[in-house]
Amino acid sequence: MEVKVLGPGCPNCEKTMNVVMDAIRESGIMANVTKVTDYAEIAKMGVLSTPGVVVDGQVKCAGKVPTKEEVISWLKGE
Amino acid sequence: MENLECACASEQKLKRENPKSKFFYWFWGLVLLGIWTLLYKSLLPFSQWFAFSLLALKPGSHLGEAVQFFVYDTPKVILLLTLVVFLVGIVRSYFSPERTRKILAGKRESVGNVLAALLGIVTPFCSCSAVPLFIGFVTAGIPLGVTFSFLISAPMVNEIALVLLYGLLGWKIAALYLFTGLFVAIVAGFVIGRLNLEHYIEDWVLKIRTDANVVTEDKKSFEQRIEYALQSVKDIVGKVWIYIVIGIAVGAGIHGYVPEDFMASIMGKSSWWSVPLAVIIGVPMYSNAAGIVPVVEALLGKGAALGTVLAFMMSVIALSLPEMLILRKVLKKRLIIVFASIVAMGILLVGYIFNLVI
Repeated sequence: MEVKVLGPGCPNCEKTMNVVMDAIRESGIMANVTKVTDYAEIAKMGVLSTPGVVVDGQVKCAGKVPTKEEVISWLKGE
Repeated sequence: MENLECACASEQKLKRENPKSKFFYWFWGLVLLGIWTLLYKSLLPFSQWFAFSLLALKPGSHLGEAVQFFVYDTPKVILLLTLVVFLVGIVRSYFSPERTRKILAGKRESVGNVLAALLGIVTPFCSCSAVPLFIGFVTAGIPLGVTFSFLISAPMVNEIALVLLYGLLGWKIAALYLFTGLFVAIVAGFVIGRLNLEHYIEDWVLKIRTDANVVTEDKKSFEQRIEYALQSVKDIVGKVWIYIVIGIAVGAGIHGYVPEDFMASIMGKSSWWSVPLAVIIGVPMYSNAAGIVPVVEALLGKGAALGTVLAFMMSVIALSLPEMLILRKVLKKRLIIVFASIVAMGILLVGYIFNLVI
């Protein structure tokens, strides 16, 4: 499973990263997390407001810090 | 939450989905609104009691007036802000930059400029995502000028500025600010569009192709919208309250101690150079609306002209060095300079018009 956290490095992006890591740890799902800071990459995925979370190529959220429960549900593919 | 369980239990049969939630939110919404109104109504007597009875300061004395102003205005503005940020949060939960882009894509320029400026008010936007937003708009085929209309209006015409202006200076000035802010955003964007500056966008940006329809819209439930609004209250009020306190403290100091009409000579109507000077000082300054409005209010009270002060405020909020540095990643220097000058000229115009009319 590929998880991408999109954000140029603002405080909210850091928070999102932590939430995602927590969610992965808690759910026990194996996932590869990468941080995308390049604006061109972010824009290509169609995200206009950071932070964003992309799971297996699908944009799950943009413009807000997700909750741990939300991230877990994306990981489980719900 | 606990004490509501019993109130709901009897009604549970009536509701199928989310048995508690809707009632829960409406109930607490009304209770909180009641408390809010009570608090708001009692602020003035409280501030007078606090300054003149408890601290035994003399009404009319410098210190007494400054303390009363501070004790009255700080909670008043924070209360107003909380309510408005919540309501705006509900409205914003219906909008997203992705959705705004979809609306703007394929609109003609003039209509697009107006629409972009209006959407700038309600679209949730933070200047830290100015760059992905810019790329996303331009690469989806939204004209450069329309994109700029949005980028100018989004930070400048915002609920914080309007609430503060309303709370401290009354609805007329708040309305003036709203309309002139939109005017500057629309006209500046339109002019930038006419100048055909597309080749001053960094080349790599134009190579990206994005589709305005990619992002899936998430449907929010009633509860989620409330949560969203509450979260934005937490974020925004949590972030700006300190600026409001500092701003009002500075304002209170000016109120109590700077002599009446002191500002008239520097920022008054009579001096033609006061408006450009205000803009020149304002552009490199970086403050959000929360910090600047209380100062603006105090300046006005000391005889500064409305147009000059509005120009100052707009240039502080709308044009900031950090934002331009961020935009430098996608725009060539010349376009940034053109953008800043056109917006500055629009603001100058607003300043002069107000000084002339009022």
